Amino acid sequence: MTAIGAQDLAVPRRRGARRVGARHRREAVFKVVGLLATLIGLVALAALFVDLAAHGLQRLSWDFFVNFPSRFASRAGILSAWVGSLLVILVTAAVGVPLGVAAGIYLEEYARKNLLTNIIEINISNLAGVPSIVYGLLALGLFVYGLGTGRSIFTAGFTLALLILPIIVVATREAIRAVPQALREGALALGATKWQVTRDHVLPAALPGVLTGVIIGVSRALGETAPLITIGALTFIAFLPTPPISTEPPFLSFQWLWDGFTVLPIQAFNWISRPGVDFHANAAAACLVLLLLTLGLNAVAIYLRYRLRKRLQW
Amino acid sequence: MVGSAIKHEESSMNAPVTLRQVEAPATATAIKVRAEGVNVHYGDKHALKDVSVEIPERGVMAFIGPSGCGKTTFLRCINRMNDVIPIATVTGKILIDGSDINDRRVDVVELRARVGMVFQKPNPFPKSIFENVVYGPRIHGLAKTKAEFEEIVASSLTRAGLFEEVKDRLHDSGTGLSGGQQQRLCIARAIAVEPEIILMDEPCSALDPIATARIEELIDELKSDYTIVIVTHNMQQAARVSQRTAFFHLGNLVEEAPTEVIFNNPKDRRTQDYITGRFG
Repeated sequence: MTAIGAQDLAVPRRRGARRVGARHRREAVFKVVGLLATLIGLVALAALFVDLAAHGLQRLSWDFFVNFPSRFASRAGILSAWVGSLLVILVTAAVGVPLGVAAGIYLEEYARKNLLTNIIEINISNLAGVPSIVYGLLALGLFVYGLGTGRSIFTAGFTLALLILPIIVVATREAIRAVPQALREGALALGATKWQVTRDHVLPAALPGVLTGVIIGVSRALGETAPLITIGALTFIAFLPTPPISTEPPFLSFQWLWDGFTVLPIQAFNWISRPGVDFHANAAAACLVLLLLTLGLNAVAIYLRYRLRKRLQW
Repeated sequence: MVGSAIKHEESSMNAPVTLRQVEAPATATAIKVRAEGVNVHYGDKHALKDVSVEIPERGVMAFIGPSGCGKTTFLRCINRMNDVIPIATVTGKILIDGSDINDRRVDVVELRARVGMVFQKPNPFPKSIFENVVYGPRIHGLAKTKAEFEEIVASSLTRAGLFEEVKDRLHDSGTGLSGGQQQRLCIARAIAVEPEIILMDEPCSALDPIATARIEELIDELKSDYTIVIVTHNMQQAARVSQRTAFFHLGNLVEEAPTEVIFNNPKDRRTQDYITGRFG
Protein backbone atom coordinates (compact mmCIF):
# COMPACT_ATOMS: atom_id res chain seq x y z
CA MET A 1 0.00 0.00 0.00
CA THR A 2 2.55 2.52 1.10
CA ALA A 3 4.90 1.59 -1.75
CA ILE A 4 2.18 2.17 -4.34
CA GLY A 5 1.25 5.45 -2.73
CA ALA A 6 4.81 6.69 -2.83
CA GLN A 7 5.19 5.67 -6.47
CA ASP A 8 1.99 7.44 -7.47
CA LEU A 9 3.12 10.59 -5.83
CA ALA A 10 6.74 10.38 -6.87
CA VAL A 11 6.25 10.68 -10.62
CA PRO A 12 4.29 13.90 -10.88
CA ARG A 13 6.17 15.48 -8.03
CA ARG A 14 9.54 14.85 -9.63
CA ARG A 15 8.36 16.29 -12.92
CA GLY A 16 6.97 19.37 -11.28
CA ALA A 17 10.02 19.71 -9.08
CA ARG A 18 12.32 19.81 -12.07
CA ARG A 19 10.45 22.70 -13.64
CA VAL A 20 10.25 24.64 -10.42
CA GLY A 21 13.94 23.95 -9.83
CA ALA A 22 14.85 25.51 -13.18
CA ARG A 23 12.82 28.58 -12.37
CA HIS A 24 14.50 28.93 -9.02
CA ARG A 25 17.90 28.58 -10.68
CA ARG A 26 17.09 31.39 -13.08
CA GLU A 27 15.97 33.49 -10.15
CA ALA A 28 19.26 32.79 -8.37
CA VAL A 29 21.28 33.55 -11.51
CA PHE A 30 19.64 36.92 -11.90
CA LYS A 31 20.23 37.75 -8.26
CA VAL A 32 23.93 37.10 -8.72
CA VAL A 33 24.10 39.06 -11.99
CA GLY A 34 22.25 41.98 -10.46
CA LEU A 35 24.46 41.96 -7.40
CA LEU A 36 27.59 41.91 -9.57
CA ALA A 37 26.31 44.78 -11.68
CA THR A 38 25.65 46.83 -8.57
CA LEU A 39 29.00 45.93 -7.04
CA ILE A 40 30.99 46.89 -10.12
CA GLY A 41 29.71 50.44 -9.87
CA LEU A 42 30.20 50.61 -6.13
CA VAL A 43 33.64 49.01 -6.17
CA ALA A 44 34.82 51.35 -8.91
CA LEU A 45 33.72 54.36 -6.89
CA ALA A 46 35.25 52.97 -3.71
CA ALA A 47 38.55 52.15 -5.44
CA LEU A 48 38.66 55.65 -6.88
CA PHE A 49 37.98 57.15 -3.50
CA VAL A 50 40.56 55.01 -1.72
CA ASP A 51 43.19 55.74 -4.36
CA LEU A 52 42.54 59.48 -4.18
CA ALA A 53 42.60 59.36 -0.41
CA ALA A 54 45.85 57.41 -0.37
CA HIS A 55 47.53 60.03 -2.52
CA GLY A 56 45.80 63.18 -1.47
CA LEU A 57 44.69 62.83 2.14
CA GLN A 58 48.09 63.96 3.43
CA ARG A 59 47.58 67.31 1.67
CA LEU A 60 44.14 67.99 3.10
CA SER A 61 44.61 70.64 5.73
CA TRP A 62 43.17 74.03 6.56
CA ASP A 63 46.00 75.65 4.59
CA PHE A 64 45.09 73.68 1.50
CA PHE A 65 41.63 75.27 1.48
CA VAL A 66 42.71 78.83 2.19
CA ASN A 67 45.86 79.04 0.03
CA PHE A 68 46.09 80.17 -3.55
CA PRO A 69 47.98 78.04 -6.06
CA SER A 70 51.73 78.37 -5.84
CA ARG A 71 54.91 77.39 -7.58
CA PHE A 72 55.70 75.33 -4.54
CA ALA A 73 53.55 72.24 -4.26
CA SER A 74 53.63 72.25 -0.47
CA ARG A 75 52.29 75.82 -0.30
CA ALA A 76 49.73 75.49 -3.06
CA GLY A 77 46.03 75.48 -2.17
CA ILE A 78 42.63 75.40 -3.82
CA LEU A 79 41.03 78.58 -2.48
CA SER A 80 40.40 80.16 -5.88
CA ALA A 81 39.28 76.81 -7.29
CA TRP A 82 36.61 75.88 -4.78
CA VAL A 83 35.29 79.42 -4.58
CA GLY A 84 35.19 79.48 -8.39
CA SER A 85 33.41 76.13 -8.54
CA LEU A 86 30.78 77.22 -6.04
CA LEU A 87 30.12 80.55 -7.75
CA VAL A 88 29.91 78.99 -11.21
CA ILE A 89 27.51 76.33 -9.95
CA LEU A 90 25.43 79.02 -8.27
CA VAL A 91 25.01 80.84 -11.58
CA THR A 92 24.43 77.57 -13.42
CA ALA A 93 21.66 76.51 -11.06
CA ALA A 94 20.12 79.98 -10.91
CA VAL A 95 19.90 80.08 -14.71
CA GLY A 96 19.46 76.43 -15.65
CA VAL A 97 16.88 75.27 -13.13
CA PRO A 98 14.17 77.92 -13.70
CA LEU A 99 14.63 77.77 -17.47
CA GLY A 100 14.59 73.98 -17.56
CA VAL A 101 11.60 73.62 -15.25
CA ALA A 102 9.64 76.31 -17.12
CA ALA A 103 10.36 74.64 -20.45
CA GLY A 104 9.39 71.25 -19.04
CA ILE A 105 6.11 72.61 -17.68
CA TYR A 106 5.32 74.34 -20.94
CA LEU A 107 5.98 71.28 -23.07
CA GLU A 108 4.05 68.95 -20.81
CA GLU A 109 1.09 71.03 -19.64
CA TYR A 110 0.59 73.76 -22.23
CA ALA A 111 2.02 72.86 -25.62
CA ARG A 112 -0.31 71.05 -28.01
CA LYS A 113 0.86 67.59 -28.85
CA ASN A 114 1.72 67.81 -32.53
CA LEU A 115 4.58 67.26 -34.95
CA LEU A 116 6.38 70.41 -33.84
CA THR A 117 6.39 69.48 -30.15
CA ASN A 118 7.49 65.97 -31.12
CA ILE A 119 10.45 67.41 -33.00
CA ILE A 120 11.28 69.67 -30.06
CA GLU A 121 11.05 66.72 -27.70
CA ILE A 122 13.41 64.57 -29.77
CA ASN A 123 15.86 67.44 -30.09
CA ILE A 124 15.92 68.15 -26.38
CA SER A 125 16.66 64.50 -25.68
CA ASN A 126 19.44 64.64 -28.26
CA LEU A 127 20.86 67.80 -26.73
CA ALA A 128 21.45 65.86 -23.52
CA GLY A 129 23.90 63.72 -25.48
CA VAL A 130 25.85 66.51 -27.18
CA PRO A 131 29.54 66.47 -26.09
CA SER A 132 30.27 69.22 -23.63
CA ILE A 133 33.09 70.63 -25.78
CA VAL A 134 30.44 71.63 -28.32
CA TYR A 135 28.76 73.76 -25.67
CA GLY A 136 32.17 75.27 -24.98
CA LEU A 137 32.58 76.23 -28.62
CA LEU A 138 29.05 77.63 -28.74
CA ALA A 139 29.70 79.68 -25.62
CA LEU A 140 33.01 80.93 -26.95
CA GLY A 141 31.31 82.18 -30.10
CA LEU A 142 28.07 83.38 -28.53
CA PHE A 143 29.02 84.75 -25.11
CA VAL A 144 32.72 85.58 -25.26
CA TYR A 145 32.95 86.95 -28.82
CA GLY A 146 29.32 87.66 -29.66
CA LEU A 147 27.92 89.21 -26.50
CA GLY A 148 31.26 90.18 -25.02
CA THR A 149 30.63 88.72 -21.60
CA GLY A 150 34.29 87.84 -21.30
CA ARG A 151 36.01 84.85 -19.75
CA SER A 152 33.97 85.32 -16.65
CA ILE A 153 31.97 83.43 -14.05
CA PHE A 154 28.87 84.73 -15.82
CA THR A 155 29.90 83.11 -19.10
CA ALA A 156 30.86 79.87 -17.37
CA GLY A 157 27.58 79.73 -15.46
CA PHE A 158 25.50 80.30 -18.58
CA THR A 159 27.51 77.76 -20.55
CA LEU A 160 27.02 75.05 -17.95
CA ALA A 161 23.37 76.08 -17.59
CA LEU A 162 22.88 75.38 -21.31
CA LEU A 163 24.66 72.09 -20.79
CA ILE A 164 22.36 70.89 -18.02
CA LEU A 165 19.19 72.42 -19.47
CA PRO A 166 18.15 69.31 -21.43
CA ILE A 167 18.72 67.10 -18.39
CA ILE A 168 16.44 69.28 -16.28
CA VAL A 169 13.82 69.62 -19.02
CA VAL A 170 13.63 65.86 -19.50
CA ALA A 171 13.50 65.16 -15.74
CA THR A 172 10.80 67.81 -15.26
CA ARG A 173 8.69 66.37 -18.05
CA GLU A 174 8.99 62.85 -16.71
CA ALA A 175 8.09 64.02 -13.22
CA ILE A 176 5.08 66.00 -14.47
CA ARG A 177 3.91 63.10 -16.59
CA ALA A 178 3.86 60.90 -13.49
CA VAL A 179 1.40 63.23 -11.71
CA PRO A 180 -2.01 61.54 -11.83
CA GLN A 181 -4.53 63.12 -14.17
CA ALA A 182 -7.14 62.78 -11.40
CA LEU A 183 -5.29 65.44 -9.42
CA ARG A 184 -5.50 67.90 -12.32
CA GLU A 185 -9.16 67.12 -12.95
CA GLY A 186 -9.98 67.54 -9.27
CA ALA A 187 -8.55 71.04 -9.28
CA LEU A 188 -9.95 71.96 -12.70
CA ALA A 189 -13.43 70.87 -11.61
CA LEU A 190 -13.23 73.37 -8.75
CA GLY A 191 -12.68 76.12 -11.30
CA ALA A 192 -8.91 76.43 -11.10
CA THR A 193 -7.14 77.83 -14.13
CA LYS A 194 -4.44 75.84 -15.83
CA TRP A 195 -1.77 77.93 -14.17
CA GLN A 196 -3.35 77.44 -10.74
CA VAL A 197 -3.53 73.70 -11.33
CA THR A 198 0.12 73.67 -12.38
CA ARG A 199 1.40 75.90 -9.60
CA ASP A 200 -0.70 74.53 -6.73
CA HIS A 201 -0.91 70.85 -7.56
CA VAL A 202 1.17 69.55 -10.45
CA LEU A 203 4.43 71.26 -9.59
CA PRO A 204 4.44 70.37 -5.87
CA ALA A 205 3.68 66.76 -6.77
CA ALA A 206 6.41 66.74 -9.42
CA LEU A 207 9.04 68.55 -7.36
CA PRO A 208 10.86 65.46 -6.01
CA GLY A 209 11.34 64.22 -9.58
CA VAL A 210 12.46 67.65 -10.71
CA LEU A 211 15.01 67.70 -7.90
CA THR A 212 16.42 64.39 -9.13
CA GLY A 213 17.08 66.07 -12.46
CA VAL A 214 18.67 69.03 -10.72
CA ILE A 215 20.95 66.70 -8.75
CA ILE A 216 22.12 64.92 -11.89
CA GLY A 217 22.53 68.16 -13.80
CA VAL A 218 24.43 70.06 -11.12
CA SER A 219 26.70 67.09 -10.40
CA ARG A 220 27.55 66.92 -14.05
CA ALA A 221 28.21 70.66 -14.27
CA LEU A 222 30.44 70.53 -11.22
CA GLY A 223 32.82 68.11 -12.92
CA GLU A 224 32.88 69.76 -16.34
CA THR A 225 36.28 70.93 -17.56
CA ALA A 226 36.31 70.98 -21.34
CA PRO A 227 33.75 73.73 -22.03
CA LEU A 228 35.26 75.98 -19.38
CA ILE A 229 38.75 75.62 -20.79
CA THR A 230 37.27 76.40 -24.21
CA ILE A 231 35.78 79.66 -23.02
CA GLY A 232 39.08 80.52 -21.41
CA ALA A 233 38.96 79.68 -17.73
CA LEU A 234 42.25 80.54 -16.07
CA THR A 235 44.45 77.72 -14.89
CA PHE A 236 46.58 79.66 -12.46
CA ILE A 237 44.72 82.22 -10.45
CA ALA A 238 45.92 83.87 -7.28
CA PHE A 239 43.02 86.16 -6.45
CA LEU A 240 39.40 85.81 -5.41
CA PRO A 241 36.43 87.29 -7.27
CA THR A 242 35.05 90.56 -5.93
CA PRO A 243 33.14 89.81 -2.75
CA PRO A 244 29.37 89.94 -3.25
CA ILE A 245 28.84 91.82 0.01
CA SER A 246 30.65 95.00 0.94
CA THR A 247 30.57 97.38 3.88
CA GLU A 248 29.87 100.37 1.66
CA PRO A 249 26.56 101.10 -0.07
CA PRO A 250 25.00 99.51 -2.05
CA PHE A 251 26.38 96.62 0.04
CA LEU A 252 25.48 94.03 -2.60
CA SER A 253 27.75 93.68 -5.58
CA PHE A 254 27.49 91.52 -8.66
CA GLN A 255 30.90 92.50 -9.93
CA TRP A 256 32.08 88.92 -9.23
CA LEU A 257 29.99 87.75 -12.18
CA TRP A 258 32.47 89.42 -14.52
CA ASP A 259 35.65 88.20 -12.83
CA GLY A 260 37.99 85.56 -14.12
CA PHE A 261 37.83 82.20 -12.41
CA THR A 262 39.06 78.69 -12.21
CA VAL A 263 37.27 75.59 -10.98
CA LEU A 264 38.34 72.48 -9.10
CA PRO A 265 38.64 70.08 -12.04
CA ILE A 266 40.72 72.60 -13.99
CA GLN A 267 42.97 73.14 -11.00
CA ALA A 268 43.38 69.39 -10.62
CA PHE A 269 44.12 69.01 -14.31
CA ASN A 270 46.70 71.77 -14.09
CA TRP A 271 48.50 70.05 -11.26
CA ILE A 272 48.40 66.57 -12.74
CA SER A 273 50.01 67.83 -15.95
CA ARG A 274 53.02 69.09 -13.99
CA PRO A 275 56.03 66.92 -13.30
CA GLY A 276 56.65 66.03 -9.72
CA VAL A 277 54.93 63.73 -7.25
CA ASP A 278 54.09 66.62 -4.90
CA PHE A 279 51.83 68.30 -7.42
CA HIS A 280 50.18 64.98 -8.18
CA ALA A 281 49.33 64.67 -4.50
CA ASN A 282 47.76 68.14 -4.76
CA ALA A 283 45.72 66.99 -7.72
CA ALA A 284 44.48 63.95 -5.84
CA ALA A 285 43.53 66.14 -2.89
CA ALA A 286 41.68 68.58 -5.16
CA CYS A 287 39.77 65.70 -6.76
CA LEU A 288 38.91 64.41 -3.31
CA VAL A 289 37.47 67.82 -2.43
CA LEU A 290 35.54 67.90 -5.72
CA LEU A 291 34.12 64.47 -4.99
CA LEU A 292 33.13 65.49 -1.48
CA LEU A 293 31.59 68.73 -2.77
CA THR A 294 29.49 66.76 -5.26
CA LEU A 295 28.43 64.30 -2.59
CA GLY A 296 27.65 67.17 -0.24
CA LEU A 297 25.48 69.02 -2.75
CA ASN A 298 23.73 65.78 -3.65
CA ALA A 299 23.11 65.02 -0.01
CA VAL A 300 21.41 68.39 0.41
CA ALA A 301 19.23 67.79 -2.64
CA ILE A 302 18.39 64.25 -1.58
CA TYR A 303 17.44 65.48 1.87
CA LEU A 304 15.21 68.17 0.33
CA ARG A 305 13.61 65.57 -1.88
CA TYR A 306 12.99 63.32 1.10
CA ARG A 307 11.35 66.17 2.99
CA LEU A 308 9.18 67.09 0.01
CA ARG A 309 8.08 63.49 -0.53
CA LYS A 310 7.10 63.22 3.11
CA ARG A 311 5.14 66.45 2.97
CA LEU A 312 3.34 65.30 -0.16
CA GLN A 313 1.40 62.61 1.70
CA TRP A 314 -0.15 60.62 -1.09
CA MET B 1 -32.40 56.15 5.83
CA VAL B 2 -30.99 59.44 7.01
CA GLY B 3 -28.86 58.99 10.11
CA SER B 4 -29.91 60.96 13.14
CA ALA B 5 -26.35 62.12 13.83
CA ILE B 6 -26.20 63.82 10.49
CA LYS B 7 -29.54 65.45 11.05
CA HIS B 8 -28.20 66.86 14.27
CA GLU B 9 -25.08 68.34 12.65
CA GLU B 10 -27.22 69.74 9.92
CA SER B 11 -29.32 71.79 12.29
CA SER B 12 -26.30 73.05 14.20
CA MET B 13 -24.81 74.92 11.28
CA ASN B 14 -27.44 76.47 9.12
CA ALA B 15 -25.89 79.93 8.97
CA PRO B 16 -23.74 79.97 5.79
CA VAL B 17 -26.29 78.32 3.54
CA THR B 18 -29.48 80.06 4.57
CA LEU B 19 -30.00 81.43 1.08
CA ARG B 20 -30.47 77.97 -0.30
CA GLN B 21 -32.28 76.44 2.57
CA VAL B 22 -35.67 76.98 1.12
CA GLU B 23 -37.26 73.56 1.10
CA ALA B 24 -38.18 72.59 -2.41
CA PRO B 25 -40.51 69.75 -3.20
CA ALA B 26 -38.87 66.78 -4.89
CA THR B 27 -41.02 67.38 -7.93
CA ALA B 28 -39.71 70.89 -8.56
CA THR B 29 -40.64 71.94 -12.02
CA ALA B 30 -37.98 74.58 -12.76
CA ILE B 31 -35.47 73.41 -15.35
CA LYS B 32 -31.85 73.90 -14.30
CA VAL B 33 -30.04 72.29 -17.22
CA ARG B 34 -31.39 71.87 -20.72
CA ALA B 35 -29.38 69.96 -23.30
CA GLU B 36 -30.32 70.31 -26.95
CA GLY B 37 -28.84 68.01 -29.57
CA VAL B 38 -25.53 67.39 -27.84
CA ASN B 39 -22.99 65.35 -29.80
CA VAL B 40 -19.54 64.36 -28.64
CA HIS B 41 -16.81 62.91 -30.84
CA TYR B 42 -13.55 61.48 -29.53
CA GLY B 43 -11.53 61.65 -32.71
CA ASP B 44 -13.47 59.39 -35.07
CA LYS B 45 -15.58 57.84 -32.36
CA HIS B 46 -19.08 59.21 -32.05
CA ALA B 47 -19.45 58.85 -28.29
CA LEU B 48 -22.65 60.79 -27.70
CA LYS B 49 -25.42 61.04 -30.26
CA ASP B 50 -27.84 63.91 -30.36
CA VAL B 51 -28.75 63.94 -26.68
CA SER B 52 -31.53 66.25 -25.52
CA VAL B 53 -32.70 66.23 -21.94
CA GLU B 54 -33.99 68.53 -19.24
CA ILE B 55 -32.66 68.32 -15.71
CA PRO B 56 -34.99 69.83 -13.10
CA GLU B 57 -33.70 72.09 -10.39
CA ARG B 58 -33.10 70.73 -6.86
CA GLY B 59 -33.33 67.01 -7.05
CA VAL B 60 -31.35 64.04 -8.18
CA MET B 61 -31.20 62.80 -11.72
CA ALA B 62 -29.46 59.50 -12.34
CA PHE B 63 -27.77 58.46 -15.58
CA ILE B 64 -27.68 54.71 -16.00
CA GLY B 65 -26.52 52.44 -18.79
CA PRO B 66 -23.89 49.88 -19.68
CA SER B 67 -20.18 50.78 -19.79
CA GLY B 68 -19.21 52.99 -22.70
CA CYS B 69 -22.78 54.19 -23.26
CA GLY B 70 -21.87 57.86 -23.01
CA LYS B 71 -23.32 58.70 -19.60
CA THR B 72 -20.02 59.94 -18.16
CA THR B 73 -19.24 61.72 -21.41
CA PHE B 74 -22.51 63.60 -21.16
CA LEU B 75 -21.92 64.37 -17.48
CA ARG B 76 -18.56 65.89 -18.34
CA CYS B 77 -20.26 68.13 -20.91
CA ILE B 78 -22.18 69.90 -18.16
CA ASN B 79 -19.05 71.42 -16.59
CA ARG B 80 -17.07 71.31 -19.83
CA MET B 81 -14.53 68.85 -18.45
CA ASN B 82 -14.28 67.42 -21.95
CA ASP B 83 -12.30 70.58 -22.81
CA VAL B 84 -9.39 68.86 -21.10
CA ILE B 85 -9.38 66.03 -23.66
CA PRO B 86 -7.67 67.35 -26.80
CA ILE B 87 -9.42 64.98 -29.21
CA ALA B 88 -12.92 65.60 -27.87
CA THR B 89 -15.29 67.84 -29.78
CA VAL B 90 -18.63 68.82 -28.33
CA THR B 91 -21.46 70.26 -30.40
CA GLY B 92 -25.00 71.22 -29.53
CA LYS B 93 -26.38 73.38 -26.81
CA ILE B 94 -26.27 73.00 -23.05
CA LEU B 95 -28.21 75.69 -21.26
CA ILE B 96 -27.87 76.34 -17.57
CA ASP B 97 -30.54 78.73 -16.35
CA GLY B 98 -31.20 79.47 -20.00
CA SER B 99 -27.72 80.48 -21.11
CA ASP B 100 -25.48 78.34 -23.29
CA ILE B 101 -22.35 77.20 -21.47
CA ASN B 102 -20.56 76.47 -24.74
CA ASP B 103 -20.87 80.11 -25.75
CA ARG B 104 -17.49 81.65 -26.41
CA ARG B 105 -18.10 84.39 -23.85
CA VAL B 106 -18.59 81.89 -21.03
CA ASP B 107 -15.63 81.70 -18.69
CA VAL B 108 -15.06 78.01 -18.01
CA VAL B 109 -13.53 78.83 -14.63
CA GLU B 110 -16.75 80.55 -13.55
CA LEU B 111 -18.83 77.74 -14.99
CA ARG B 112 -16.98 75.15 -12.93
CA ALA B 113 -17.45 77.22 -9.82
CA ARG B 114 -21.20 76.90 -10.43
CA VAL B 115 -21.06 73.25 -11.44
CA GLY B 116 -19.09 71.13 -9.00
CA MET B 117 -17.93 67.60 -9.68
CA VAL B 118 -17.20 64.48 -7.68
CA PHE B 119 -15.19 61.79 -9.39
CA GLN B 120 -15.35 58.03 -9.60
CA LYS B 121 -12.19 57.51 -7.61
CA PRO B 122 -11.80 59.78 -4.60
CA ASN B 123 -9.14 62.29 -5.57
CA PRO B 124 -8.35 64.50 -2.58
CA PHE B 125 -5.32 66.71 -3.01
CA PRO B 126 -2.22 65.37 -1.26
CA LYS B 127 -2.60 68.14 1.29
CA SER B 128 -4.31 68.51 4.64
CA ILE B 129 -8.07 68.11 5.04
CA PHE B 130 -8.29 71.84 5.74
CA GLU B 131 -6.34 72.74 2.60
CA ASN B 132 -8.49 70.41 0.52
CA VAL B 133 -11.66 72.26 1.50
CA VAL B 134 -10.34 75.82 1.33
CA TYR B 135 -8.67 75.43 -2.05
CA GLY B 136 -11.79 76.25 -4.08
CA PRO B 137 -12.94 79.18 -1.92
CA ARG B 138 -9.41 80.55 -1.95
CA ILE B 139 -8.96 80.58 -5.72
CA HIS B 140 -12.40 82.14 -6.13
CA GLY B 141 -11.79 84.69 -3.38
CA LEU B 142 -14.84 83.62 -1.38
CA ALA B 143 -13.16 84.35 1.94
CA LYS B 144 -10.40 86.53 3.23
CA THR B 145 -9.70 86.03 6.92
CA LYS B 146 -8.61 82.86 8.61
CA ALA B 147 -11.85 82.81 10.59
CA GLU B 148 -13.89 82.94 7.38
CA PHE B 149 -11.92 80.03 5.92
CA GLU B 150 -12.35 78.06 9.12
CA GLU B 151 -16.07 78.66 8.98
CA ILE B 152 -16.22 77.43 5.39
CA VAL B 153 -14.26 74.32 6.34
CA ALA B 154 -16.54 73.57 9.28
CA SER B 155 -19.76 74.16 7.37
CA SER B 156 -18.66 72.27 4.25
CA LEU B 157 -17.40 69.28 6.20
CA THR B 158 -20.57 69.27 8.26
CA ARG B 159 -22.74 69.35 5.16
CA ALA B 160 -20.70 66.46 3.79
CA GLY B 161 -21.24 64.56 7.06
CA LEU B 162 -17.54 64.35 7.78
CA PHE B 163 -16.91 67.07 10.34
CA GLU B 164 -17.43 65.00 13.48
CA GLU B 165 -14.98 62.37 12.25
CA VAL B 166 -12.16 64.73 11.33
CA LYS B 167 -12.62 67.88 13.42
CA ASP B 168 -9.62 67.03 15.61
CA ARG B 169 -7.27 66.35 12.72
CA LEU B 170 -8.09 68.97 10.11
CA HIS B 171 -4.40 69.44 9.43
CA ASP B 172 -3.73 65.77 8.78
CA SER B 173 -3.47 64.58 5.22
CA GLY B 174 -6.68 64.15 3.26
CA THR B 175 -5.20 61.07 1.63
CA GLY B 176 -4.86 59.36 5.00
CA LEU B 177 -8.64 59.02 5.31
CA SER B 178 -10.57 55.91 4.38
CA GLY B 179 -12.03 55.67 0.88
CA GLY B 180 -15.51 56.69 1.99
CA GLN B 181 -14.18 59.58 4.05
CA GLN B 182 -12.04 60.70 1.12
CA GLN B 183 -15.10 60.75 -1.12
CA ARG B 184 -17.03 62.79 1.45
CA LEU B 185 -14.04 65.12 1.64
CA CYS B 186 -14.26 65.53 -2.13
CA ILE B 187 -17.95 66.35 -1.76
CA ALA B 188 -17.11 68.89 0.96
CA ARG B 189 -14.46 70.35 -1.33
CA ALA B 190 -17.04 70.75 -4.08
CA ILE B 191 -19.68 72.22 -1.74
CA ALA B 192 -17.22 74.75 -0.34
CA VAL B 193 -17.31 76.66 -3.64
CA GLU B 194 -21.11 76.97 -3.25
CA PRO B 195 -22.02 75.45 -6.58
CA GLU B 196 -25.57 75.20 -7.92
CA ILE B 197 -25.13 71.85 -9.57
CA ILE B 198 -23.10 68.87 -8.37
CA LEU B 199 -22.08 66.25 -10.90
CA MET B 200 -21.21 62.84 -9.49
CA ASP B 201 -19.44 60.33 -11.68
CA GLU B 202 -20.05 56.93 -10.08
CA PRO B 203 -19.12 58.34 -6.68
CA CYS B 204 -19.55 55.02 -4.87
CA SER B 205 -17.98 52.57 -7.29
CA ALA B 206 -14.74 52.45 -5.28
CA LEU B 207 -16.47 52.25 -1.89
CA ASP B 208 -17.71 49.48 0.36
CA PRO B 209 -21.48 49.12 1.08
CA ILE B 210 -21.39 51.05 4.35
CA ALA B 211 -19.49 53.99 2.87
CA THR B 212 -21.87 53.82 -0.09
CA ALA B 213 -24.85 54.09 2.21
CA ARG B 214 -23.33 57.19 3.87
CA ILE B 215 -22.84 58.87 0.49
CA GLU B 216 -26.39 58.01 -0.53
CA GLU B 217 -27.75 59.54 2.68
CA LEU B 218 -25.70 62.59 1.92
CA ILE B 219 -27.03 62.86 -1.62
CA ASP B 220 -30.53 62.61 -0.20
CA GLU B 221 -29.85 65.58 2.08
CA LEU B 222 -28.05 67.69 -0.49
CA LYS B 223 -30.81 67.43 -3.06
CA SER B 224 -32.90 70.06 -1.29
CA ASP B 225 -30.23 72.65 -2.00
CA TYR B 226 -28.45 71.46 -5.08
CA THR B 227 -29.23 70.04 -8.47
CA ILE B 228 -27.47 66.69 -8.44
CA VAL B 229 -26.67 64.59 -11.46
CA ILE B 230 -25.29 61.16 -10.68
CA VAL B 231 -23.86 58.58 -13.03
CA THR B 232 -24.15 55.09 -11.63
CA HIS B 233 -23.64 51.50 -12.64
CA ASN B 234 -25.70 50.42 -9.74
CA MET B 235 -29.39 50.35 -10.63
CA GLN B 236 -30.49 49.92 -7.03
CA GLN B 237 -28.58 53.08 -6.26
CA ALA B 238 -30.32 54.97 -9.03
CA ALA B 239 -33.66 53.72 -7.72
CA ARG B 240 -32.79 54.71 -4.15
CA VAL B 241 -31.43 58.21 -4.67
CA SER B 242 -32.94 59.70 -7.80
CA GLN B 243 -36.23 61.24 -8.74
CA ARG B 244 -35.63 61.03 -12.46
CA THR B 245 -33.53 58.56 -14.41
CA ALA B 246 -32.07 58.67 -17.88
CA PHE B 247 -31.00 55.49 -19.62
CA PHE B 248 -28.12 55.71 -22.08
CA HIS B 249 -27.19 53.04 -24.58
CA LEU B 250 -24.47 53.15 -27.26
CA GLY B 251 -24.24 56.91 -27.10
CA ASN B 252 -27.99 57.47 -27.30
CA LEU B 253 -30.26 58.74 -24.62
CA VAL B 254 -32.86 56.01 -24.89
CA GLU B 255 -35.35 57.04 -22.29
CA GLU B 256 -35.73 59.63 -19.59
CA ALA B 257 -38.58 59.60 -17.07
CA PRO B 258 -39.38 59.67 -13.37
CA THR B 259 -37.30 56.96 -11.72
CA GLU B 260 -40.24 54.76 -10.76
CA VAL B 261 -41.48 54.81 -14.35
CA ILE B 262 -38.06 53.78 -15.70
CA PHE B 263 -37.84 50.89 -13.28
CA ASN B 264 -41.44 49.73 -13.26
CA ASN B 265 -42.82 50.65 -16.61
CA PRO B 266 -40.12 51.48 -19.16
CA LYS B 267 -41.32 52.27 -22.66
CA ASP B 268 -38.26 51.17 -24.58
CA ARG B 269 -37.34 47.52 -25.01
CA ARG B 270 -33.64 48.27 -24.43
CA THR B 271 -34.36 49.93 -21.10
CA GLN B 272 -36.43 46.96 -20.07
CA ASP B 273 -33.67 44.53 -21.05
CA TYR B 274 -31.06 46.53 -19.17
CA ILE B 275 -32.94 46.97 -15.92
CA THR B 276 -33.96 43.32 -15.89
CA GLY B 277 -30.31 42.41 -16.27
CA ARG B 278 -30.45 40.94 -19.75
CA PHE B 279 -27.34 42.91 -20.78
CA GLY B 280 -24.92 45.44 -19.37
